[in-house]
Amino acid sequence: MAVTRETAAAVKEVEQYKYGFVTDIESDKAPKGLNEDIIRFISAKKNEPEWMLEYRLKAYRYWLTLSDEEPAWAKLHFPKINYQDSYYYAAPKREKLASLDEVDPKLLETYKKLGIPLLEQQMLAGVAVDAVFDSVSVATTYKKKLEEMGVIFSPISEAVHKHPELVKKYLGSVVPYSDNFYATLNAAVFTDGSFVYIPKGLRCPMELSTYFRINEKNTGQFERTLIIADEGSYVSYLEGCTAPQRDENQLHAAVVELIALDDAEIKYSTVQNWYPGDADGKGGIFNFVTKRGACRGKNSKIMWTQVETGSAITWKYPSCILQGDNSVGEFYSVAITNNRQQADTGTKMIHLGKGTRSKIISKGISAGHADNTYRGLVRIGAKADQARNYTQCDSLLIGDKCGAHTVPYIETRNPTAQTEHEATTSKIGDDQLFYCMQRGMTQEEAVSLIVNGFCKEVLQTLPMEFAVEAQKLVGISLEGSVG
Amino acid sequence: MALLEIKNLYASVAGKEILKGITLKLQPGEVHAIMGPNGTGKSTLSNVIAGRDGYEVTKGEVLLDGEDVLAMAADERARAGIFLAFQYPVEIPGVTTSAFLKTALNAKRRQEGKPEIDAMEFLKLVKAKTAQLGMPYDMIKRALNVGFSGGEKKRAEVLQMTMLEPRVAILDETDSGLDIDALRVVSEGVNSLRSPDRAFLVITHYQRLLDYIVPDHVHVLAHGRIVASGGKELALELEAEGYAKYLNAAA
Repeated sequence: MAVTRETAAAVKEVEQYKYGFVTDIESDKAPKGLNEDIIRFISAKKNEPEWMLEYRLKAYRYWLTLSDEEPAWAKLHFPKINYQDSYYYAAPKREKLASLDEVDPKLLETYKKLGIPLLEQQMLAGVAVDAVFDSVSVATTYKKKLEEMGVIFSPISEAVHKHPELVKKYLGSVVPYSDNFYATLNAAVFTDGSFVYIPKGLRCPMELSTYFRINEKNTGQFERTLIIADEGSYVSYLEGCTAPQRDENQLHAAVVELIALDDAEIKYSTVQNWYPGDADGKGGIFNFVTKRGACRGKNSKIMWTQVETGSAITWKYPSCILQGDNSVGEFYSVAITNNRQQADTGTKMIHLGKGTRSKIISKGISAGHADNTYRGLVRIGAKADQARNYTQCDSLLIGDKCGAHTVPYIETRNPTAQTEHEATTSKIGDDQLFYCMQRGMTQEEAVSLIVNGFCKEVLQTLPMEFAVEAQKLVGISLEGSVG
Repeated sequence: MALLEIKNLYASVAGKEILKGITLKLQPGEVHAIMGPNGTGKSTLSNVIAGRDGYEVTKGEVLLDGEDVLAMAADERARAGIFLAFQYPVEIPGVTTSAFLKTALNAKRRQEGKPEIDAMEFLKLVKAKTAQLGMPYDMIKRALNVGFSGGEKKRAEVLQMTMLEPRVAILDETDSGLDIDALRVVSEGVNSLRSPDRAFLVITHYQRLLDYIVPDHVHVLAHGRIVASGGKELALELEAEGYAKYLNAAA
């Protein structure tokens, strides 16, 4: 339940798409385009200290030198983006709706299919209800408990003020501002995001999600997340939501950095369901995300789980740098593309420490005219004695107009390393569909059941409450994909 | 009124006519066996009744309780009470037998206007049914038909049939690939489902299945037509004399 609630913040935008938002250049929105003034404006709006502004400007100046270096190696096709034709700062405002009757019925139907309770539907769709305040107060209660345990969980803009030593030390330490075109852009213009610090030895007793920040403003477009797990701590973090999200901003370029110190463990789960565009590929979000975790300490562990069903374009490679001896990186992914969607996603496992281990389980499902690429790199450095990797990439095709591609790179510079790679490609068979339908299931139920079976290994790594919704989402994203 | 009535049914596959005027009436409580050599249209008949794609009905009718079956999609036919036990049950990787059964059962309940079955109630039901069929309960935790032996697959079919309680059950060469012990278990399962309001259509090549599932009527299918009908003794005659005389007669 927490999960569906946390989505409220993001889905507040849903109707923005339809109604637009109130513009007030003075206070809410910077003019179109990108230049140093805009960056100063963003920094000033957030009342940032000088060092933060310097960081942004450094990134921006570097970004200017990259003007023609948008990554072109992915199997993705999209028109050139005019970065001067976007807004980089806009605080969203929106009228509350009087009742669910005013909400797009299609959206409501999807909520219903996902099994979201009525009250939460109202919250998600942005209908004015008193109960929202209840949930905020529940969130506040939890937040207080977490604070008592020493957990810092706040908007990153707040952490810049309250915990500058932590932000200075770790921001950009995993994904440097010069990392890649999109990450550099993000470093210059990021609006907000989450900051998490788990103190030494603490096993965070609840799943952290943006649910707790329900009353925070939209941070969708250039989100910045930084999570630090101090020695011997554990945290599970949930991002995104299963309910469909729309956004006026076509380009999304988030950066997520994770740092696990000695014996610490971070589990990061994402469900991404941004607007994928219509059946002909019109509209839809371009999602260029840089996510990376550093297993800095010995015996540390980072585990990424992602369920990617939305966006017109997904460019995303959550990765692990396994620095600490005996550290572990895991990547579990389900990527579903339908209609004209394109996904180029995978991971990098960089083994540096001795005895480091990594595991990659990727499930790509492609339907309609979609293209789905797994792109992965397993690199084993010279000092990574006895490092091990296991990679499994499975692709499932629905129909005969879609594509599945697997591009695994393995680079080993240590003779004691062991790597294994397995890959399969299969199709949903007419036999399987007929068999399920002969037992009374509708075609859509059959597809959902078969695809969920295919993704099971990944879905079962999700926290329970997330998993149930993700299973339903898998079915919904493939509706109409057969016959 | 007959429970299932097939009237002068013609069907073709890829332009080739396979069924050439089949007429058959199954009354509630009856077990009909259809026998015949390979390639005479036995499996085509079961697939046409169940609604598999790729079969074109060119003439004739199939009625369930007087309702036009051919106008329904495959899943509607299933929910109306037609069950096909497959000759080659299909593997569904990653989907436990239990999850599959539950989805199928809920589809049926939805049709009947009932709410989804409660998790505890479902487990109790599966436990009872597996015990009744002498099957290991752990089987339902395995991915459906994946790595199942021939016997296990056919037992899983019977388990599904038992759970879904169809009006008309079609057994398509259920005996193929079964050793004698498995054949007995599966037959006992089928026999336990015989009831005055249910009918069976048992399609088989060999007589031996009919030692266990004793039919009320036996029909010989040759060249897409029913060329002879009789009681259970007809099966024994076929066993002794073969299909030659019917094939020649029909040709």
